[in-house]
Amino acid sequence: MSQTPMLTTPEERVALFQQLFSDTIPHNKALGIKVLAVARGLASMQIEWREEFVGNPETGVLAGGPLTAMLDGCCGMAVATLLKEPKPFATLDLRIDYAKPAVPGKPVIAEAECYRITRSVAFTRAFAHQGDPKDPVAAAAGTFMLGTKGEVTRAQAVSKELVK
Amino acid sequence: MSGGDSLMKRLADARKHGDVSRLADAIPYAKWMKIAPENTTGELLTRMRYHDTLIGNTYLPAIHGGTLGAMLEMAAIFHLLWETDTPTVPKIVNITVDYLRSAGPRDVIAAAKVTKQGRRMVNVFAEAWQDDRSKPVASASAHFLVQSDDAPPSL
Repeated sequence: MSQTPMLTTPEERVALFQQLFSDTIPHNKALGIKVLAVARGLASMQIEWREEFVGNPETGVLAGGPLTAMLDGCCGMAVATLLKEPKPFATLDLRIDYAKPAVPGKPVIAEAECYRITRSVAFTRAFAHQGDPKDPVAAAAGTFMLGTKGEVTRAQAVSKELVK
Repeated sequence: MSGGDSLMKRLADARKHGDVSRLADAIPYAKWMKIAPENTTGELLTRMRYHDTLIGNTYLPAIHGGTLGAMLEMAAIFHLLWETDTPTVPKIVNITVDYLRSAGPRDVIAAAKVTKQGRRMVNVFAEAWQDDRSKPVASASAHFLVQSDDAPPSL
């Protein structure tokens, strides 16, 4: 058996990903990102509406930035679940379509899927919504470069700790 | 949407005093992120002042890609407000960010330019760098609606 204990319950998995992809990543922690769910190739996160995330103080509508950061992180987490071996990776490009304004005061949920991974590149899609996945506030497409410079982070080495 | 009024008033005020940095005070997210426009060199630039919560990778360390996208978006908005005659607060439709180099724990500066100005839609290109302008860390192209009632208002 491997030295790392396998994670048996969804709760344990979510707790581990919460630690690796939010609590120990300063900007994600500052946004208060909460990991909702994780599976191979799939990731889901949430941010609460907060006054300091507002782009328009008259309406209370969120700025694009917090959504961009969460969608980037959520796509990256979906990639991490599929790595056959730990390797550093980085966002290559990220497109965000702002479908409609997020309703002030309500949390925003991101759901990402890594639908294709090769040796060098991973392709992801994501949506952000406020409770109804069929009524998105934003859509994202992110591409990730695998095997970039630098040390492997614990988050980038997480796939070996996932139940197959 | 009436939401743009206070920012447009702030814009008129900033123009009167020739001080574009006043625009950032009207946007809570820009204040929180320490993102502000500056025109000290005669060129409109947007600066994201470094602070520890921008970090996305503590091993390198590197600034979170989401924050680079966010500051490029803000740079495009400040550019449209200051350099064009937009009658309303520009509403972002979409943005594509290319990540070119990892960004270290230092200030990030961005400049934007209008690629195509239409009556309702504007295409803006923005580029961000740190120490050397010829080595950008990220660039973005974005669409904004500048005159419509049915726009997706993000700002």
